[in-house]
Amino acid sequence: MSAALTWRGWLLDPAPVSRRQARLGRWFRAWLAFQRNGLAMTGLCVVSALVLTALAAPLIADPRAAILQVLTERLQPPSASHWFGVDELGRDIFARIVFGARTTLIIVALVSAIVAPVGLAIGLTAGYFGHWIDAVLMRITDIFLSFPRLVLALAFAAALGPGIENAVIAIALTTWPPYARLARAEALTRRRAEFIEAAELQGASHLRIILSQIMPLCLPSVIIRLTLDMAGIILTAAGLGFLGLAAQPPAPEWGAMVSSGRQVLLGQWWVSTIPGIAIFVTSVGFNLLGDGLRDVADSRSS
Amino acid sequence: MVTVAAPAAVTDGEWVRRVAGPIRRVWRLLFSVVLTFLGLTCVTFFIGRVIPIDPVLAIVGDKASIETYNRVRSEIGLDLPIPVQYWRYLLKVLHGDFGNSVITSQPVLQDLLRVFPATLELSLLALIIGVVFGVPLGVIAATHRGRWQDQVIRFGSLIGYSMPVFWLGLIGLLVFYAKLGWVEGPGRLDVSYDDIVPVVTGLITVDSLFAGEHDVFWNSLGHLVLPASILGYLSLAYVARMTRSFMLGQLKQEYILATLAKGLSPFRVVWVHALGNVWVQLVTVIALTFGNLLEGAVLTETVFAWPGLGLYMKNSLFNADLNAVLGGTMLVGVVYIGLNMLSDLIYPLVDPRARERR
Amino acid sequence: MSTALLLSVRNLRVTYPGDEGDLVAVRNVSFELGRERLGIVGESGSGKSTTGRAIMGLVAAPGRVEADEMRLGGTDLSSLDESGFRRLRGKRVAMILQDPKYSLDPVMSVGQQIAETHRCHFRSTANAARAAALEMLAAVHIRDPERVYALYPHQVSGGMGQRVMIAMMLIAGPDLLIADEPTSALDVTVQHQVLAIMDDLVRSRGMGLILISHNLHLVSSFCDRVLVMYAGRVVETCAAGELAKATHPYTRGLLASLPELGRRRAELPQLRRDPAWAEG
Repeated sequence: MSAALTWRGWLLDPAPVSRRQARLGRWFRAWLAFQRNGLAMTGLCVVSALVLTALAAPLIADPRAAILQVLTERLQPPSASHWFGVDELGRDIFARIVFGARTTLIIVALVSAIVAPVGLAIGLTAGYFGHWIDAVLMRITDIFLSFPRLVLALAFAAALGPGIENAVIAIALTTWPPYARLARAEALTRRRAEFIEAAELQGASHLRIILSQIMPLCLPSVIIRLTLDMAGIILTAAGLGFLGLAAQPPAPEWGAMVSSGRQVLLGQWWVSTIPGIAIFVTSVGFNLLGDGLRDVADSRSS
Repeated sequence: MVTVAAPAAVTDGEWVRRVAGPIRRVWRLLFSVVLTFLGLTCVTFFIGRVIPIDPVLAIVGDKASIETYNRVRSEIGLDLPIPVQYWRYLLKVLHGDFGNSVITSQPVLQDLLRVFPATLELSLLALIIGVVFGVPLGVIAATHRGRWQDQVIRFGSLIGYSMPVFWLGLIGLLVFYAKLGWVEGPGRLDVSYDDIVPVVTGLITVDSLFAGEHDVFWNSLGHLVLPASILGYLSLAYVARMTRSFMLGQLKQEYILATLAKGLSPFRVVWVHALGNVWVQLVTVIALTFGNLLEGAVLTETVFAWPGLGLYMKNSLFNADLNAVLGGTMLVGVVYIGLNMLSDLIYPLVDPRARERR
Repeated sequence: MSTALLLSVRNLRVTYPGDEGDLVAVRNVSFELGRERLGIVGESGSGKSTTGRAIMGLVAAPGRVEADEMRLGGTDLSSLDESGFRRLRGKRVAMILQDPKYSLDPVMSVGQQIAETHRCHFRSTANAARAAALEMLAAVHIRDPERVYALYPHQVSGGMGQRVMIAMMLIAGPDLLIADEPTSALDVTVQHQVLAIMDDLVRSRGMGLILISHNLHLVSSFCDRVLVMYAGRVVETCAAGELAKATHPYTRGLLASLPELGRRRAELPQLRRDPAWAEG
């Protein structure tokens, strides 16, 4: 009990003695502010639940049940043995939802892993070096900004065939521009700052300056934007799945599950409805989390 | 006695500068638009070239001789260097030649012109619903910040922009069409009303009114209600959220305090002054919303069997009709670019600060 | 200068409730104002602006305004609700803010903003309001009022913007003008011009003026009486001409730290704050 009190006291100390203490103290205060927001905590719970479900999927549900077609049991309503019922091919919907979480998480993670570095790299370079580099890179960014996401994914699928990789590429290609803009704005503001000049005088190379000084300043906005975008990415990916362009059967994917339940919608509503609820809840979770993070960031900067 | 010199009368040099400013802006805008369009064509060209199917084989079959193969290959132009191929492709596109559709055997452009109005009708109606309801709701949420009106509107918005449109469409059909029978079902018109009204604009509601066919009008409206409401709700959610955010930003400004100090009613302060400053930012939001509507049309039209661009592209996709898919992509891309250009042009109309070159 | 009492304030208190206890921005401020010019001087955070806003009912929630007495002429301000204040604002008491770049609506022409005040209070027609606005623009010494009427706030200079502000706030003929740092955003040369115009209008209309500023020199040369505020309370009240005889150590410290032409000093003395002044 007293140990916890000392930790808290140490973190909240108004006169920190080390850089580490100051930084950890800032993070702790931000966490406290975040915690006070009930909706934001809900979002965090939902997202954590998604991540945990995806990671621990084999522990929660039977991986074979997600794919195994037991045609004698098709279209069973939710019951004790099948919590979410059975789909039109006799597969357990609960297991498919659980493993579908993996697909969702993979898409979100892959897109983020591409979009953030690429956007940051382009934006920071454009803002830092300026002149013609900036002009060219911003032109390119603008061009990609005006591509319709879903339609482009469709075109990709038409050319390269359906699949998760193509869906990820298509989504990533249309999602990175705003991050480049964000990074560029940050770089432009900081470029003339005195602490950058100081670093230059110390002999730091451009790359070092960008990476160690400017990039950390962009990270909060990038993370918030990414979290909010994830909700939209999940919806787009589900849409692609609905059209049959993402994960291929028999792999479970929530959008595809909604689509396959269309024929039996009237009588066996759970086949389409439950995956739809899963998509919706996940999207809400990311939105709440992103809003909460943004509120904390805003109140810290104001 | 203190006097101050008012700005001098407009000289000739200044007049030239005043006109040159906007012209220069339009010029730069056109340049940017052209560049973006070229980028779009590059992407579609690239996708078209990357297909795994050999287009020559598709024409001559796999039993043709080497000579036939080479002959057809040079006829199509595949033996030319890539930049030349691109140039020919670009020229074709500028003439509206997207090739022929594999399914309909018609020029793709013709197909596109046939199906686009359906998408346009649905998207326009949804956009109108979204803006007409979304903006006031956003204003109300901002002015009642923290109170129940704000909570309800924010909650409703959250649901709206977290909702997968295809799922909501399915549920909507299930409840309002299948179970309650309040609205008409999938498709634009009942089969019995097909082809009664001559096509003028392609928007059935408008055309049927022109032709005086009121039965058709009501039927088409009945089919429009559900998809337009659902899409309208999703648009409304986004618009309300952005409006609220912009309004909160405006309400913190000094000029709001000054207008209150003048003795103006809060109604006027909010709906004339604050909102007047928000329209500037909303222009971009509205353009984005319309873009989203067009883009999501693929999903909506699949669910509602709406014979528009989205359904056309989806069917083309599954029939491996690459020309049609790329043509549709190009059309949507062009509309996107057009929307961006339009909002850039509208900007100075709404914001006096953007009217002159700084 | 008539002796009728325009504004009387007794023990005004403005409190902002907060997570870690209440913040008292203004504590027990009392003064009386006739048709004269009163200056309120203080540093940032002294509560001077909040006092001005409290008089107009512009203290934003969750701030709380309390007073033993707060009267504007015959009206009791402490019992007014929002609609009551709205009837006063612009018509009987007006406020000028610091920077016209930010305190004018950017998307409406300046002339329309002036006319708007007129229409609001007199229910005039568009033409009548426009005519009144043009007249007012001429009254603040703007040449070519027709042309300036159509300009937007970003197109006018700082000095002209403040004149527009003055025109906008005085067009409905208020009795009391509260000027919150009216010249702080202006160049020094323009400051005097704007102040002179304000002075001219206030005198000719027989208005009362409260000039809020951090600039002691400005206030002492322009006003009849001076109120010095520190940490939310009034620490000194005196006539402007007698500032040199001020008794409170804070005021003396302020006076001493002002540079003066003709007085040679090697070092400007620094103001040393005594926490006792916040209690006093």
